[in-house]
Amino acid sequence: MTPHILSLKKYFGVYGALIALTFATVAIASVNLGPLNVVFALTIAAGKAALVGLFFMHLIYTSHRTKIMAVAGLVWLAILIALTLSDVLTRGWLPVSGQL
Amino acid sequence: MSEAGSALATQFDDLDQQHDAATLGMWIFLVTEIMFFGGLFAGYAVYRSIYPQAFAAGSRLCEIALGAINTAVLISSSLTMALAVRAAQVGRRRAVVVLLVATMLLGTAFLGIKFVEYGHKYAEHLIPGSGFAYTGPYAQQVQLFVCFYFAMTGLHALHMVIGVGLLGVMAVLAARGRFTPAHYSPLEVAGLYWHFVDLVWIFLFPLLYLVDLHK
Amino acid sequence: MSEPRESYLNAGYGLKSWLLTTDHKRIALLYLISITLLFFVGGALAGLIRVNLLTPQGLLVGAETYNRLFTMHGLIMIFFFLIPSIPAVLGNFLVPMMIGARDLAFPRLNLLSWYLFVVGSSLAIVSAVTGGVDTGWTFYTPYSTTYSNSHVLPMAAGIFITGFSSILTGLNFIVTIHTMRAPGLTWFRLPLFLWSTYATSIIFILGTPVIAITLALVGLERIFGVGIFNPGLGGDPVLFQHLFWFYSHPAVYVMILPAMGVVSEIIPCFARKRIFGYSFVAFSSVAIAVLGFLVWGHHLFVSGQSIYAGMVFSFLSFLVAIPSAIKVFNWTATLYKGSIAFQTPMLYAFGFIGLFTIGGLTGLFVASLAVDVHVHDTYFVVAHFHYIMVGGAVMGYLGGIHYWWPKISGRLYPEAWARLSAVVIFLGFNLTFFPQFLLGYLGMPRRYHAYPPEFQVLHVMSTAGSTILGFGYLMPLVYLLWSLKYGPLAGSNPWGAKGLEWQTPSPPPTENFEHTPVVTEEAYAYSGEEAEQHV
Repeated sequence: MTPHILSLKKYFGVYGALIALTFATVAIASVNLGPLNVVFALTIAAGKAALVGLFFMHLIYTSHRTKIMAVAGLVWLAILIALTLSDVLTRGWLPVSGQL
Repeated sequence: MSEAGSALATQFDDLDQQHDAATLGMWIFLVTEIMFFGGLFAGYAVYRSIYPQAFAAGSRLCEIALGAINTAVLISSSLTMALAVRAAQVGRRRAVVVLLVATMLLGTAFLGIKFVEYGHKYAEHLIPGSGFAYTGPYAQQVQLFVCFYFAMTGLHALHMVIGVGLLGVMAVLAARGRFTPAHYSPLEVAGLYWHFVDLVWIFLFPLLYLVDLHK
Repeated sequence: MSEPRESYLNAGYGLKSWLLTTDHKRIALLYLISITLLFFVGGALAGLIRVNLLTPQGLLVGAETYNRLFTMHGLIMIFFFLIPSIPAVLGNFLVPMMIGARDLAFPRLNLLSWYLFVVGSSLAIVSAVTGGVDTGWTFYTPYSTTYSNSHVLPMAAGIFITGFSSILTGLNFIVTIHTMRAPGLTWFRLPLFLWSTYATSIIFILGTPVIAITLALVGLERIFGVGIFNPGLGGDPVLFQHLFWFYSHPAVYVMILPAMGVVSEIIPCFARKRIFGYSFVAFSSVAIAVLGFLVWGHHLFVSGQSIYAGMVFSFLSFLVAIPSAIKVFNWTATLYKGSIAFQTPMLYAFGFIGLFTIGGLTGLFVASLAVDVHVHDTYFVVAHFHYIMVGGAVMGYLGGIHYWWPKISGRLYPEAWARLSAVVIFLGFNLTFFPQFLLGYLGMPRRYHAYPPEFQVLHVMSTAGSTILGFGYLMPLVYLLWSLKYGPLAGSNPWGAKGLEWQTPSPPPTENFEHTPVVTEEAYAYSGEEAEQHV
């Protein structure tokens, strides 16, 4: 078996990026951007997650099948949250006689 | 699976198939973990969307400095873990052990800092339940936030404890020379688990500690 | 073929060789014993329910006890019988054999999954005998978290642990099917039972963890008195329902997909014909698994869920009926111009198609928002899901047990008795549950221990049917056990079926195949010409 071996430079580079992004998260959080705060926070977190996933977890050279499974997990979590919120956030939109 | 020579389990045809199966198996397990933590994230999303101010107030009860330090600690432990797997890939046995021990130490440091945070919450009567004593507005919903704080970080900490234990086993196996460039899948698989625990924290930190800091 | 030939059954004697086995076939039998016991416990509870409902005032028990009876019946039948049944028994036995492998990818995890099942189901039994749970199998909050003084915690713990049993099983199946197929066995040459098993495993992986964490939160709320789902303390009880049904709806597809897989194996064999539309059936299995995750809100139509969300879920629920219908059409088309034999497995397959169709069509009734307002929480729903779970899944399970019994045990069961019990089960089932559609439509609520006198006739019919059904289920227990000692020896392929599992002796040796087979033909190569297996 000839494994893909990523260079030390790549690993340390990813590490540096992760630390920098952590600083960025805290810095942006201390500025009032209204609803954009959570957007930035989640986007940066997603970026960090992508770096960890692709390089530390070797997704960048793993099979398509594994990549699809990892993405599927995230998609399913999104389904859970999105459809549940679709209820919670739309209650009371449509007036129903006697309730809501 | 005993000595490096007979590392092949009988149900597999060759080491490649075994490695393939092992990594795929761990990834599928990690998908279940995404959904396991995901239930908590979904509950969090619901309550944050209907109680935004209470969640902001609750978030301000969290200690950002400790949380940020812990984030850096965990990211560093992911680096040492990744380097440990790489060391196995190039056959550097001593480095594998040293890096695994470093990962364990960083993980334990994380847990130590967490313990300090929990201690502070206890001292301030912020443990959910009958002893909860928060005097600001929206007390009930703030308690809800703190419930999620403890549930999510607690579940995460439990996974870290298991992870440290798992890495301990890996360190012992590595010291005994069980991993070679041809056979290191248990280490790779343990690494995947460890990185996943890091991933969960990467999302927990902003969602729990950094909600509306400036208000 | 002389008696003491080396097979998985006699490769090692003694309790330790069974309790510490890693052979997928032995683990399948361990599961078979466990779930059969639990099936009869759940069935006894059903019997008590039906007897109680013979009279309008409730013949046997008061309301409190009755609540515990139907709760325990539902919990045991769903979590500890139906969900594991086909995957853990037939799946464990057949998955490696159908792909030409020696075992599953992770044999020790497989054994662990059985032990988790034993621990989980034991906790459930402990909860039952110390007084049971009275919340309904759905554990709705805040009753289950705050007000119920029944044994919710051990039951929740039991289900939590059993959930990990399912997860490990699903994980094992997915990895095995991906990485251990024999040479030449491409995805589209797989038996459809494996497509169904794969789809079921996807649901295990993506759904089970959510109910696990939900039950953990219920436990936290019960122990610490916090208000995650309690409106009095700031929580949202409907959130519990969302999290609960996110798993529990796909769980019903866990219960039906494997049974559909069994039917897809039985019909080509006993019609001596290739399955019609193989890829449609294969893709439908995956479609059911995927779409099944998008419809859970149809359980919340009258719970205070937003009307907009209700409309979305209703539409998606109509969509999920389509792949199931496609399968029914394909099975029927397979039968057309086939050379049909009416052996017992085929009788169960026919029963499945008819009863599943009725159950599925009535699902469309309840998927329709306006109709559901009237029939929700009535016997209409009870009849609907029993048609699918009992008329569908249990018949599929029994059909599969009969079909593969010669392979598993090396013996043939007595065909006359088997056909008789299939007919008894079919008749008893319909007499039990068809009146319940009428009861529900007329307004009889579910989970009530007593009722207005005008419903009595239908209830008596239903109870009569359940008695017949009970006898019907006892019959296979008797003759299958009898066949172990007195049944004629089966050859390796008594049905003349296609599939790698039939290329081994009955019962198979521990390692399944002496040499890894090479697959050169499509699945179900039952066409008129001679089809040779190059194995």
